[in-house]
Amino acid sequence: MTKLLIENLSKSFGESQVLNQLSLHVKEAEFVSILGPSGSGKSTLFQLIGGLYSPDSGEIRLDGKRINGKTGSISYTPQSPSLLPWRTVLGNILLGGELVGETDEAAALDMINKAGLKGYENAYPYELSGGMKQRVAFIRSLLSPQSLICLDEPFSALDEFTRLEMQNWLLSVWEEDKRAILLVTHNIEEALYLSDRIIVLSEKPTQVKKEFIVPFPRPRQAALLLSEEFLHWKKKIYNELRVIM
Amino acid sequence: MKIWYKGWRPALVLILLFIIWEVSCRLFEIPKWLLPSPTQILLEGAAGWPNYYRHLTSTIGLAIIGFLIGSSVGIAVAIGLHLIPKLREALYPIIILSQNIPIIVLAPLLVIWFGFGILPKLIVITLVCFFPITVAALDGFRQTSSELMHYMKMAGALKKQIFWKLEWPYALPSIFSGLKISATYSVMGAVISEWLGAKEGIGVYMTLASSSFRTDRVFVAIFLIMVLSLVFFALIVSLERMIVKWKPKGDGKGRD
Repeated sequence: MTKLLIENLSKSFGESQVLNQLSLHVKEAEFVSILGPSGSGKSTLFQLIGGLYSPDSGEIRLDGKRINGKTGSISYTPQSPSLLPWRTVLGNILLGGELVGETDEAAALDMINKAGLKGYENAYPYELSGGMKQRVAFIRSLLSPQSLICLDEPFSALDEFTRLEMQNWLLSVWEEDKRAILLVTHNIEEALYLSDRIIVLSEKPTQVKKEFIVPFPRPRQAALLLSEEFLHWKKKIYNELRVIM
Repeated sequence: MKIWYKGWRPALVLILLFIIWEVSCRLFEIPKWLLPSPTQILLEGAAGWPNYYRHLTSTIGLAIIGFLIGSSVGIAVAIGLHLIPKLREALYPIIILSQNIPIIVLAPLLVIWFGFGILPKLIVITLVCFFPITVAALDGFRQTSSELMHYMKMAGALKKQIFWKLEWPYALPSIFSGLKISATYSVMGAVISEWLGAKEGIGVYMTLASSSFRTDRVFVAIFLIMVLSLVFFALIVSLERMIVKWKPKGDGKGRD
């Protein structure tokens, strides 16, 4: 079943056309990555899905309902953790649900324990490391009641070790409770390791250039990253992107 | 402990100043009505307590009520101007202009309009108090981190939620800066308003003292005003410490 359906989406800011007749979809319980060169309108696409702007033309549908220009339909994790500094870890995690009127403290505490943040429930963000903050931001969006999770380069500010650890953690959480995830990234390895399907975007005005279905079985292990097949795929996508860049 | 460690330098300067003052008064035999020495002021301060204590309590009461009204008005105006940008455009210059009217000129006019009651006094204190808070709060609201704003909008926060869950707490440290300034101003405002005509208050005590050449009492009044302002300031600082707990300790710039 299709969770998110985007059809012929176009958007211009003044003179420059950012999106041109872009179409894509995300199925129920599917992990889709959007890969594109920087400045390819990835952020604009997210802002349209998030409802911050309305598209010039085209449709955005979530569960069949039109959500053009409507905020609050998705759960969102930004590039930086964006935690409210005056809220504790627990308070921040509850925020996502609070905004739409549903909070579940027991689930939040349970998730905090599972994420290895036990004992930090009442800590303020300034007391946490970068990886921990990002983990809190993930939990916040995982516990938001919306059914589609949009991740906007959430690993890009982390160091290599923390990143792999966080990716594995995210996969393990996601495999327990499969929800539709749309991830924007510029990291090929990350897209391959995490997703079921990869959508490569063109330069501006942005369209879908190519789509790859990732064949690796789940659950995935870190060892996959060094396998022959993985490298082969990485090369294939890299070549696709190189034409653009 | 830290305050003693840090505070010894200014304390030393103050003590030196008092010593020079005392010695000069004695050496040059300056008459008491012209410039009393610190010991004379201290003695009057101790002996005159029954004379001025009701003046003191009256001023404290007036300053507190005025400060509460002034800061509420200040915060309310800031919220209004922030939430309605058109109102801000229209009113912001007028608010700045309101601060350019000399209070000392305005005060007698207020008496003509509103009589000798408490109302003109509260208006003076409110006028003095609301401005620093309004400006500080408006700045605080406008400086709200764009990153957090982006998240809140993407997560579907309504305008009301954005204000109460993001902009308001984000502006709290700025609002407290405004409150600190206003708290000290409120004492000044109370004293000025008492000059207009009141039955009691430090302002009255001061006027009576200076017209009867009791310069020592004028100085007692000055010190009372200074101590009162400091106490008000300290109260706001401790209130801020209680409410703004999310900043790293011992570091003023924990807001990023």
